[in-house]
Amino acid sequence: MTDIAATAAPSTETATLPAKLATGFVNRLVIIVPYLWLLFFFLVPFIIVFKISLSQTAISMPPYTPVIGFKDGVSGFFAGVRELNFDNYTWLTQDALYFNAYVTSLVIAGISTILTLIVGYPIAYGMARAPATIRPTLLMLVILPFWTSFLIRVYAWIGILKPEGLLNQVLLATGLISQPLVILNTYTAIFIGIVYSYLPFMVLPLYSSLEKMDYSLIEAAQDLGCPPAGAFWKITFPLSLPGVVAGCLLVFIPAVGEFVIPDLLGGSQTLMIGKTLWNEFFSNRDWPVSSAVAVILLLVLTIPIMFFQQAQAKAQEQSK
Amino acid sequence: MNSTWSRFNITSIVLGFAFLYLPIVLLIVFSFNESKLVTVWGGFSTKWYVSLFHNQGLMDATWVTARVGVISATVATVLGTLAALTLTRFTRFRGRVLFSGMVFAPLVMPEVITGLSLLLLFVAVGLDRGFLTVTLAHITLTMCFVAVVVQSRLVSFDRSLEEAAMDLGAPPVKTFFQITLPVILPAIISGWMLAFTLSLDDLVIASFTSGPGATTLPMKIYSQVRLGVTPEINAACTILIAVVAVGVIIASIANKRREIQRQLDEQAAQRG
Repeated sequence: MTDIAATAAPSTETATLPAKLATGFVNRLVIIVPYLWLLFFFLVPFIIVFKISLSQTAISMPPYTPVIGFKDGVSGFFAGVRELNFDNYTWLTQDALYFNAYVTSLVIAGISTILTLIVGYPIAYGMARAPATIRPTLLMLVILPFWTSFLIRVYAWIGILKPEGLLNQVLLATGLISQPLVILNTYTAIFIGIVYSYLPFMVLPLYSSLEKMDYSLIEAAQDLGCPPAGAFWKITFPLSLPGVVAGCLLVFIPAVGEFVIPDLLGGSQTLMIGKTLWNEFFSNRDWPVSSAVAVILLLVLTIPIMFFQQAQAKAQEQSK
Repeated sequence: MNSTWSRFNITSIVLGFAFLYLPIVLLIVFSFNESKLVTVWGGFSTKWYVSLFHNQGLMDATWVTARVGVISATVATVLGTLAALTLTRFTRFRGRVLFSGMVFAPLVMPEVITGLSLLLLFVAVGLDRGFLTVTLAHITLTMCFVAVVVQSRLVSFDRSLEEAAMDLGAPPVKTFFQITLPVILPAIISGWMLAFTLSLDDLVIASFTSGPGATTLPMKIYSQVRLGVTPEINAACTILIAVVAVGVIIASIANKRREIQRQLDEQAAQRG
């Protein structure tokens, strides 16, 4: 963080030396304050999680053996190394429950992401082709549900999906079914919940890449005899790929560790890692094991998160 | 009218928006239900709103949530704006990759991980869980969202305006407050509102980092939801939705008026 002043603030050559120094100081401050905040409240906590995942459960408060103080910093960390053990990780591999929870979470998140893409693509496409005058309104309408509470939106589905709920009432009244469908407390309910809650995250990036598209390309393809479906797969879809990737990552990564949706809609029968971590922490009060669960979850998600960061950085470069 | 906007496009938009809005509409409708059964209509009533205001626990939680929201959103807006400036203006400094990583990662990080890690941090430094810790946790999460919102405005910012001001002798700090800030203000305001609603909404991180005496509204709602769906929760949710909706509408009207004012000013300047 040294050569800040050199790259910042154009036309400082006219400024006097004290002014230059002041600018350099302000620039440094602009960087350092959020930098330190994120280091301390985002990066350091992960190191602590890793540390505690290697400690032992103890019946005390806090319920684990060694603690690092921040005053000893890194040296304190290494001082505790001898007491570390990998029991929690061995425990995770021995109990099939955890492995199943990871796999199920990944599968559920994967299927939900594909479903969200299938539901979201026509909406984004329709918005991108809408008359320019109503596009801002449509965009606003997609963003608005995002402003209402996530918890409330998930809660709203309980009343719809439960056996005596609104969906079953409507289906029974229309004679489509004779027995109420059991949807609540199944994986189907989790899929519905994830697709519903994360739909705006999928639609927005899709819309922004579809809106930029040059539609004369499709007209050209059709003039040359390409059927509409062919034109879609050969032109529209490949051009919207950045939006597809961004949308899928925005849905997939948080969905893997989702807690509220499997807890409220999935019931006790369904297994997802976010819920497992929560129970391990709040019900079993086993902080080291829940830390180990978090570390592995983070490792599993490292690759998609790095893809996401790259996509963000790329988008940032392109918009300049 | 764009002729390529086909029936298929219109249908998918209508169905999509119905899917997005129907559950919320139903939730609001059934908060005015006379019957205690949430899914059977028993006539119009506002009695659940009355009983809500006599629920002391819920009222306390609302007050905690509002304070956490306002404080954390305000601090997060300052930090997030600084982070956005760093990301867009300083393209070369040591640790920039790490910095952008730390800004973007919390956006997708599963909440259980963020919550757990922050809690362990607070325990490690010996900070008692309560109002302060929830606020700190919410600042950390929401500043990243503010950074992304403000950054998207900053990249489209016409920097020749700043250069003109500085060529005319304005020092950089003054230039920022007189030129840059007014232009990016709408983004900062929407960043603040996003931060506030995220804080208002958060269950998972608050559950980890909160302590006795600092129960937030989502935590309260969650503990009641687990016991079953009641019209009283529907009423609480409806009020929450109404508060946010009014805020969003006021903000967008204010935005529009400022836009019109700006256009009038420009016209006046051209005429003058």
